[in-house]
Amino acid sequence: MHSTIKRPRHLSCLLYASLTLLAFFVLAPVLWLLLMSLSSPTDLTKVPLQWIPSQWDFSRYALLLDWQNGSGKRFLAAMLNSLIIATSASFIALVAGVLAAYAFSRRNASMLLMFAFLATIMMPPITYILPLYSAFSELGILNTKVSLIICYSAMLIPFAIWLMKTNIDVLPEEIEHAAMIEGAGTIYTLRKVVLPIILPAIGATAMLSFLTAWDEFFYALIFSSDLSAKTIPVAIADFSAGRVTDFGVIASVGVLASVPPVLIALFFQRFIVSGLVGGSVKG
Amino acid sequence: MRSLIGAKQQKWLLLAPALTVLALISFVPFVQTLWLSFSDSEISALPTVVSFIGLENYIYALTDPDFIDSLGRTLYFTFVSVGAEVILGVAVALLLNQQFKGRTLMRALIILPWAIPTIVNAVTWRLIYNPEYGALNSLLMQLGIIGEYQSWLGNPDVAMNMVILADVWKNFPLVAYVALAALQTVPMDMLNAARLEGANAWRRFFKITLPWIIGPLLVIIVLRSVEAFRVFDIIYVMTRGGPANQTKTASFYVYQEYFSYLRSGSGSSYAIIVALISIILIFGYYKAAKRQNGSL
Amino acid sequence: MKLKKIALTSAAFALASVMHTTALAETTLKALFMSQAAYSETDVKSMTAAFEKSNPDVKVNLEFVPYDALHSKIVAASGAGSQGYDVVLFDVIWPAEFAKRGFLLDVSDRIPSDYSEQIFQGAWTTVEYAGKRYGMPWILDTKYLFYNKEMLSKAGISNPPKTWDEMLQQSKIIKDKGIVKYPMVWNWSQSEGMICDYTTIMSSMGGEFFVDGKPAFNTGGAVRALEYMRGSLDDGLSNPSSREFSEEDVRRVFSNGEAAFALNWTYMNALANDPKESKIAGKVGIAPAPGSAGISTASAVNGSMGLGIPSGSAHPDEAWAFISHLTKQGTQEQFSKLSLPIWKKSYTVPAVTNGQQDLVAAAKESIAVMYPRPLVKSYAEISDILQLRIHEVLLGKNDAQSALDAASKKVARIR
Repeated sequence: MHSTIKRPRHLSCLLYASLTLLAFFVLAPVLWLLLMSLSSPTDLTKVPLQWIPSQWDFSRYALLLDWQNGSGKRFLAAMLNSLIIATSASFIALVAGVLAAYAFSRRNASMLLMFAFLATIMMPPITYILPLYSAFSELGILNTKVSLIICYSAMLIPFAIWLMKTNIDVLPEEIEHAAMIEGAGTIYTLRKVVLPIILPAIGATAMLSFLTAWDEFFYALIFSSDLSAKTIPVAIADFSAGRVTDFGVIASVGVLASVPPVLIALFFQRFIVSGLVGGSVKG
Repeated sequence: MRSLIGAKQQKWLLLAPALTVLALISFVPFVQTLWLSFSDSEISALPTVVSFIGLENYIYALTDPDFIDSLGRTLYFTFVSVGAEVILGVAVALLLNQQFKGRTLMRALIILPWAIPTIVNAVTWRLIYNPEYGALNSLLMQLGIIGEYQSWLGNPDVAMNMVILADVWKNFPLVAYVALAALQTVPMDMLNAARLEGANAWRRFFKITLPWIIGPLLVIIVLRSVEAFRVFDIIYVMTRGGPANQTKTASFYVYQEYFSYLRSGSGSSYAIIVALISIILIFGYYKAAKRQNGSL
Repeated sequence: MKLKKIALTSAAFALASVMHTTALAETTLKALFMSQAAYSETDVKSMTAAFEKSNPDVKVNLEFVPYDALHSKIVAASGAGSQGYDVVLFDVIWPAEFAKRGFLLDVSDRIPSDYSEQIFQGAWTTVEYAGKRYGMPWILDTKYLFYNKEMLSKAGISNPPKTWDEMLQQSKIIKDKGIVKYPMVWNWSQSEGMICDYTTIMSSMGGEFFVDGKPAFNTGGAVRALEYMRGSLDDGLSNPSSREFSEEDVRRVFSNGEAAFALNWTYMNALANDPKESKIAGKVGIAPAPGSAGISTASAVNGSMGLGIPSGSAHPDEAWAFISHLTKQGTQEQFSKLSLPIWKKSYTVPAVTNGQQDLVAAAKESIAVMYPRPLVKSYAEISDILQLRIHEVLLGKNDAQSALDAASKKVARIR
């Protein structure tokens, strides 16, 4: 794989210098957010800044993670909503995506339809808000997690189909034929033959979907009105729009809101590569 | 044989779940938007007559110099941020493809920015750029680079670039990951042969590596471009379009027509214009990719 | 199609009547508020609790959103009929647009006639359009001049400025003595807040937005006001970061003791004097925003907000009862620390004046001169146009006259 030629000294230096720079660029904002969440308000308004807190202040986390407390409850409820909504929407998008992708790859579904699917995500999402609002209100599902799950599924499905399709396209069709000749049905073949091979792509799609759904702000802002459906981005907007003089509160909300997506990303990261590239690399 | 007979029905059964969701949530509003864009429809609780007005909305939008400016800005945002993400992403991938101690840890670390939610990212950078207490001002001042604190998001000449920096920070890891994966597939023997023929690293990269990884990169470029061209959330949080419109992108006009001026007809036409330009962008990339592949 | 609709409606009616009998006429109101409105969320919650206590058959679901989301949410809900809100908080700049589009119920007949006299005229303009009333005024608010008493006395200044020019002179003294780098701080980000400051200064200089329906903001006092704003930046007297600040940034900078003068809403008075929120508690002075020599003695912008009933509400009577409770004199006097009452009589009541005599004194003067932003249907668009051009001038990208001329041209293009 990699050549093990010994590197000249000056190249080594350059390599490690670049790596240090990269690490700084990637980590500095995150570390600063973390430090802000743990600094006292007075440290945060010093000029020039007090980089290392003069005293560590964990009070905001205590507040946010306390279900009994008003803002803690708001925050935790939003966290829970986001988890439920992002997970369900990703799951729906995956199932619908795999099935449809198979239809496009192996059952000659019209590419025109594929383009129609993809065209829906070119539109600025704001466009869909008003028609959906009236539709949801007529169905009586405004301000429910269900309405957001449906919206996000619709947002994720075209992308899921596309990713899945590129991955199924490159699979050799012979294995599926063999299974079918032995009498296996399509769903069975899909589950037992195709799915195991494209597992990395599924992992990648799941992760991308989850992060996209976790991120979404504007639908959630308009469609949700209380703790029963408010998601974490809306909660963050609430926290930073309210009367807070203390940047530390905003920072700690940001830190906590990032924990689930970061864990998911770290867990799934090995899939992204093969999932995203699997279909498009030649050779 | 059974599968061949049922192929047609099967096709629709397989498509059914995706079609149902998209038909309800996207197609119906999509068609509605298309029709509204040719009408004088407004948001009202009173009974109103909506009439067909042809291309009037489109003409109104495209003869508004402020909107044309915003299209230019949106393209600038798209090209500069996606461009920077690709250059940075590929450079980082090349770096992480080297052998060094702690490579696994480093590879895991760079995913971090990408996992941070957009809103958190925007809020974080806003705090970093804060003109009175921000980390950037403090850092640059302590390093002696600036003489006094700057108002980064209040300066019309740099505000857009500051937003782009925040966007690049969040999104370059995805490009880096894709590039890194693609790099694994570059055949070593080709690179070694070129090395023996005396091609320098620069030449080897442009002649062999880049053409080999451009395919997967293109996928991610298209994806990022479409997202970047619709950019709204990060700007909504960071600058609300200011200073003096310098970060007001096309999506803001859609938002503004709908939610501030309550003109659903006109708003729809702005949305269609944004979507059309996205499609043109993708088509352009597609053409470029074809030419690239043809020359191989 | 039609049949289906009838079937659906009758089913809904049947369902509604069933629910009616089982739930014993309990009504749930959906109310939309704003998280930064003068009153704090805690205040609104306790007012609501009191209402629910005296009306046990009515429950109120409160929703708080950021100001920027308030308008969008009202608009989105306008198509939702009875699924929408029953009570909404609205800004003084929206009634014209809402009335024209039938978003709010005309409540003129519900308002007792003797109220007209008892409530400030400025408050009424918040809810009126074309002679009708679309709600009750609730938050009577305007921008005051806040000053740091300690800085002024250090500079040897005994009285806060009476005119805008005097404010410049005092700022210059403070700056020259090295007391603070930028004596003035404003919320001049490209936003409605900036327009409020512009309106305040402009009104004091005799400027007008429109005369006989034609733009007049590119003439006289309206141009001078913008030149004044720009000049204060050019002279280094206004904090240059003002151009990206919101009201909360202004409060932060002022409360940190980094400015001598700030223009802000009523709520800052209590918070800048709260030692937990501020480093200058007890040193805060408040006065009406200055006037202009020979033209005016004080200035103010109408930044009030009202409570209305969306036209789709299924419970207008209960909604009105709730609004009446929130706006009645007793409630308003009880919660007068962050927002002053709409009632004239309240301004002599000890519960209101105690501990904030200076605020009440300033209010009496300011309320009398509150200047409205244009009360027209397309205000949002006019404001966006002005925001862009004014911001260009503040950023040094354009001069006041040509920027306002350009705005006037653009306003003519509004459909």
